[in-house]
Amino acid sequence: MSSDAKPKVAPVKTVDMHVGEIVPGVAKKDPIIVADNVTRTFGGLKAVDVAHVEIPRNAITALIGPNGAGKTTFFNLLTGFDKPDTGKWTFMGKSLAGIPSFRVARLGQVRTFQLTKSLNLLSVLDNMKLGAKGQKGENIFVALLPWLWRKQEEDIEAKAMELLARFKLDTKSEDYAASLSGGQRKLLEMARALMSDPTLVMLDEPMAGVNPALTQSLLDHILDLKTQGMTVLFVEHDMQMVRHIADWVIVMAEGKIVAEGPPDEVMANQAVIDAYLGSHHDQDLGEDPNDEKEHVNAIKELLNDDDK
Amino acid sequence: MVDFWQIIQNAGVELISPTTAAYALAALGLAIHFGFTGLVNFGQAGFMAIGAYGYGISTLTFGFPVWGAVLVGIGASVVFALILGVPTLRLRADYLSIVTIAASEILRLIFTTNTLEAVTGSADGLSGYKGGFAALNPFPEGTYGFGPWEMNAYDLWVRVVAWTIVILACLLAWQLIRSPWGRVIKGIREDEDAVRALGKNVYFYKMQSLILGGVFGTIAGMIFILPRAIVPANYATTLTFFIYTILLLGGAATILGPVVGSIIFWVLLSAVSGFVARAQAVGWFDFIGMSSVQAGQTRFIIVGIVLMLLVIFRPQGIFGNKKELAFVK
Amino acid sequence: MEVTGLSDKRWLRVLVALFATLLIALTFSGGLSASADSINEDSEWQIKGNVKNDGVPLDGVLITVSGNGFSGEVATDAEGKWAVGVPEGGKYTVTLDESTLPEGVIVTDKEGNVIEPTRDVEFGATKTALSNYFLGVGVREVTSFTDQLVQRLFTGLSFGLLLALASVGLSLIFGTTGLNNFAHAEMVTFGALATLTLAVDMAWPLWAALIGAVILSGVFGFALDAGLWKPLRKKGVGLIPMMIVSIGLSLALRYLYQYLYGGSTRQLPGADGAELKFGAISLSPVDILSMAISIVAVLGVGFFLTRTRLGKATRAVSDNVSLAAASGIDVDRVIRIVWVIGGALAGLSGILFAFYRPGVSWDMGFGILLLIFAAVTLGGLGTAFGAVVGSIIVGLFIEISTLWIPSDMKYVGALVILILVLLVRPQGILGRKERIG
Repeated sequence: MSSDAKPKVAPVKTVDMHVGEIVPGVAKKDPIIVADNVTRTFGGLKAVDVAHVEIPRNAITALIGPNGAGKTTFFNLLTGFDKPDTGKWTFMGKSLAGIPSFRVARLGQVRTFQLTKSLNLLSVLDNMKLGAKGQKGENIFVALLPWLWRKQEEDIEAKAMELLARFKLDTKSEDYAASLSGGQRKLLEMARALMSDPTLVMLDEPMAGVNPALTQSLLDHILDLKTQGMTVLFVEHDMQMVRHIADWVIVMAEGKIVAEGPPDEVMANQAVIDAYLGSHHDQDLGEDPNDEKEHVNAIKELLNDDDK
Repeated sequence: MVDFWQIIQNAGVELISPTTAAYALAALGLAIHFGFTGLVNFGQAGFMAIGAYGYGISTLTFGFPVWGAVLVGIGASVVFALILGVPTLRLRADYLSIVTIAASEILRLIFTTNTLEAVTGSADGLSGYKGGFAALNPFPEGTYGFGPWEMNAYDLWVRVVAWTIVILACLLAWQLIRSPWGRVIKGIREDEDAVRALGKNVYFYKMQSLILGGVFGTIAGMIFILPRAIVPANYATTLTFFIYTILLLGGAATILGPVVGSIIFWVLLSAVSGFVARAQAVGWFDFIGMSSVQAGQTRFIIVGIVLMLLVIFRPQGIFGNKKELAFVK
Repeated sequence: MEVTGLSDKRWLRVLVALFATLLIALTFSGGLSASADSINEDSEWQIKGNVKNDGVPLDGVLITVSGNGFSGEVATDAEGKWAVGVPEGGKYTVTLDESTLPEGVIVTDKEGNVIEPTRDVEFGATKTALSNYFLGVGVREVTSFTDQLVQRLFTGLSFGLLLALASVGLSLIFGTTGLNNFAHAEMVTFGALATLTLAVDMAWPLWAALIGAVILSGVFGFALDAGLWKPLRKKGVGLIPMMIVSIGLSLALRYLYQYLYGGSTRQLPGADGAELKFGAISLSPVDILSMAISIVAVLGVGFFLTRTRLGKATRAVSDNVSLAAASGIDVDRVIRIVWVIGGALAGLSGILFAFYRPGVSWDMGFGILLLIFAAVTLGGLGTAFGAVVGSIIVGLFIEISTLWIPSDMKYVGALVILILVLLVRPQGILGRKERIG
């Protein structure tokens, strides 16, 4: 079971990052992201309704919650892959609301996806090289004159190989990404994200679909990010796994933040337990119950016919 | 008796004909759009029409010199690409295909209408624009070549220019595709969101691709009209589909593919229709009662069937790499 | 996936498109036609003429020549000349479209008396027949705006309904299999050609030919799916390759039709019926019957989809294939039925179109393919009801727009609508947002 996996070395937790009493939305001493009044509505249902939240810098923060709590939607909003109805937030002091996703990535905030987006038709090495920032050769006119970008390309390739070695993928550099296993592709995506020397790494369910053998490796890599001075925010379902490596945990339910704090305190929090097991636990909150779908109608009609 | 030698000779002419070059260049442009970037552009005929009419109208109505007319055509092409791209590059592939077909058809109707007849010649088209180009011919009068490739100075000039342009375009495209720019393009072909998450402005790259491939198509249109007249009926959607056939035949995501595909396509088409026409004339197809008019129609039926078979059995074409094809799932 | 609301960027795109549309529309102010000034030039039999107003030649005037199963349209050139090549000798009817004349000018005889713009022409000893028009000052009997509007409403509704038959089939095919069927045009033409063969070449009574043709069209649809599309689906061919296959099929079929039936337009029996007047509207019995059949067919499809078991299963599959399959619906069977119905509807649409134009030709379906796509897109991809709504809107728009824009521009109007809709509301009127990007 993946929840039994523990990182090889017991992680050193960063503590005491908050200011004052721990409540949802508590201020942090050194926040990297400060978000206010972020809302997003889908067809009548408020998927995200966050009054205030701050993500601490140079720490590993986990964003957890039951299905349909709005975690991935909030993620998408923060990274510019979705537009909020209201809200503003800053990243390293710079306002990000309304900035498109590619600009957000350039500012030092990179993300991975729940369904791994390794570019299967490119080689592993090309995947990596794509991740580098500020490539002169990507300009169509400069591209025509290879001597202008040749040197930079060599530097990027060296860096890529180094990262691949760290993730134990260097032998596969010439292979198509499609030939890697699912777990290896996850590692590739993470390695690729590091090519741009990001400040904040946002991982959307990094453990999803990864076999237990690789989970350990992934956890170690995530810890490694913190050691190198990056901030990590990741979305996960499984609290047990989270407990081992997260310094701070934020719990979402029904679009709101219901609790946050160090992992152990959060796990004992009644509000959190309610969120997971409470009256709404059997309802899929991600969908509007009034939003009946055509096929459901049609199937219901068929079943009605059967009963007659 | 069917004169096979004549058929072969006629087919051989197509090897270096400017029509073959024009289609090769148009297909190369489409390779950039579709093969490398994943843009399903069904309006390449429209880009060619812009090249043809841009050049023709600038020369005839406004009296521009050759270089001026070429620049006007390219400028119009960029504008057309912008008009097409700005609204549609955010839509899904099959939406883009329908919009580009519609836009191309609108263009053809504009060029066919009688109101603009003074400028476009409406359904009859334009001619008499070759003077400026012919004047630049460095080859002295005389007969060049041998056998089926015997030609006069103008024909030689046209071929030299046409194929030089094709070679230059190939080099340009090849250099771009193996550069970091090309890497981004290939990434976009597969998954735009992944590329966005890496900090690339996807929309901008798609637009550049559209413009570049479109300009190739426009220049192809200019080459296309050098040995013939400008007739709007030539720029119907059938033209786009022929270009797709050539592209898929050679290999959609390759540089050599469009060129070789065009050569093979025209040589084979000439050979097959030449054979069918002659065989019909000596009565080989009397058993199904084929007339001479019908003999001429068989070539299109064959092209349609070839396109289908290609896509089903060998979508990567001659030179393509199946592992690299985004549209083959 | 990036989701955007109606933002500044979107409005900019709408503005650009509107501006482009305006440019195009402005380009066409004034009389215009997309017709050449001569057709079938290599035919032996030629009917030619001049159109002059007081000795001054007029260009852009539309002349229609019909007779002996042939119909053709030309526009006069700058010297007022026109020529129509016809397939054989005999008697023909030549009509001048007075709406393409300048203001205050009307067809007269040599003395200046107002006469009808239609006359008969018969070949004499030679293979050339002349028909000259003289024009003079006069006022056309102009129908009032409301009358014209009502007339166009009916014509538009008629066209929209027959378009709907083809669009519903396309929409169901797209919904259940994801295929953008470019060969649907040839399925439409098939119905008209089949009727032509049965009714004219094999001299069946018309009612039998119609039924036979519709049945054959359904069989054609079934054959296409069984022989081509199903094997491709099983092979796992992607949607874009399938679309390209349909393009190749469309090309092959179209030229096969031309091979078998020739390049000219032929008429179905009963196509020229006397027009009856209902107040402002003038319709022939064929028009009325046509509309009635369309309405019955559309209602029939609607009934099928909402009331029958199979129809409900079809809707389920059309909306979400995997979920429908998981609920135990036989998806293969549904798809087969969809192709049979789609084929039959397309064939029926082709037959009605043959009466509407009027005329049967090898590429008649291809001419309206983009309109069908426009209708389906406008209504919402994948919803059959949306296809009907979209078709009626397209049909009405095309006809009513001729009150303001020249009649040969009417298809372009529909194409522009298609592009505009895709900008502002890509999911169409009734479609759902997830389907688009």
